[in-house]
Amino acid sequence: MAPPRLTPVQTVGPFFGPALVRRELEQMVVAETRGTRITITGQICDGDGADVPDAMIEVWQANAEGRYDHPEDHQEKLLDPNFHGFGRFGTDANGRFRIVTIEPGAAPGPRTTLQAPHLNLSIFARGLLNRVVTRIYFPGVPLNETDEALNAVPADRRATLIATRDPAGALDSYRFDIFLQGARETVFFDI
Amino acid sequence: MEGDARYRREPIGTHPRLDSPAYASTAKRAPRHAPVRIGQSLSEITGPRPCESVAPGEADLTRWDGGAAMGERIIVAGCVLDEDGRGVPRTLIEIWQANAAGRYRHDNDRHDAPLDPHFSGVGRIMSEANGAYRFMTIKPGAYPWGNHHNAWRPQHIHLSVFGPAFATRLITQMYFPGDPLLALDPIFNSVPDAAARDRLVAAFDIELTEPGRALGYRFDIVLRGRAATPAVN
Ligand SMILES: [Fe+3]
Repeated sequence: MAPPRLTPVQTVGPFFGPALVRRELEQMVVAETRGTRITITGQICDGDGADVPDAMIEVWQANAEGRYDHPEDHQEKLLDPNFHGFGRFGTDANGRFRIVTIEPGAAPGPRTTLQAPHLNLSIFARGLLNRVVTRIYFPGVPLNETDEALNAVPADRRATLIATRDPAGALDSYRFDIFLQGARETVFFDI
Repeated sequence: MEGDARYRREPIGTHPRLDSPAYASTAKRAPRHAPVRIGQSLSEITGPRPCESVAPGEADLTRWDGGAAMGERIIVAGCVLDEDGRGVPRTLIEIWQANAAGRYRHDNDRHDAPLDPHFSGVGRIMSEANGAYRFMTIKPGAYPWGNHHNAWRPQHIHLSVFGPAFATRLITQMYFPGDPLLALDPIFNSVPDAAARDRLVAAFDIELTEPGRALGYRFDIVLRGRAATPAVN
């Protein structure tokens, strides 16, 4: 029998909220989770700079040690029973989102290099026929200089992937805006 | 991570182009730059495995809030597979859909069709060890939308599946055979390859059909398979 062939994707559409956006999935950390708490706030904007209120972001990240909670991560680093690395966030009426998580550690790269700490993001919305995939990196991290994914990006667009310290927020508070289009279009990855 | 094969690249034409002008909402939302291709690392070959406790009743959408939903009961069942035909075990499948009248239980749905007090339109299930899943639901109605003059979405059910890795995440829509609206729908037709498009259409299945109760539709969900050899980027 011929092997089955890939199912095409379709847009998430405008009506996914009641099915997909649940309070418990926004909760990435509990009191016992190891690592430095961080808050990342941001806004998703379209090509006119208008808010995207009907989008959903999914986060996938390593724990504070740089290990993913997954059977294919064979690193001898501590697994944290109180952190699984997944979160799902709907944008609010103004296209805003707020991720409360821990600072991820550095995980290995495609070869033997160490990747810079990052969050992996899938973004879904009405008007997006497929998810778009991006990453949130952190400012002032030396590993950013050698990170393979960052270095695959033209230098003048790399800043779209690096969160900024939120001047209005506390010490571990970051800002990361996502532009689907326009002069500041966020870099998206083909994985 | 040596020995863990990467996921195959997706064949061109299988997935929609983000920039598909016939679907008007893409105009301001589809990125203009081509995505930057990167090699798969642990970040992509691992992935979330939400294993929330899913109650058995969540796979039956026909009874909600103490009564029976209106409309034609159907069974939607199949397997979550990878491109090598292996079942994808214990992965979360989430679905949502309009009711029989073509109306979503959602604040932004302005379609002038009745809500059904006994239909929430939301279901969840974990796939079995061999990838099998089965929902009991109501055949959704077609509904109008503002994309163009006299635009109607064909009958469809939205599905979300994780699979084993960040790279396998899939959200799609399942359609019904013989729907005359398929030919006119910019979202369905955003898939360039006709054979790939056909894979979004469920198959009526008399074996799956329960006598006196519900028609059966078979819909397999096929996620990316492993590359034959670990790719050297
Ligand atoms: Fe829909």
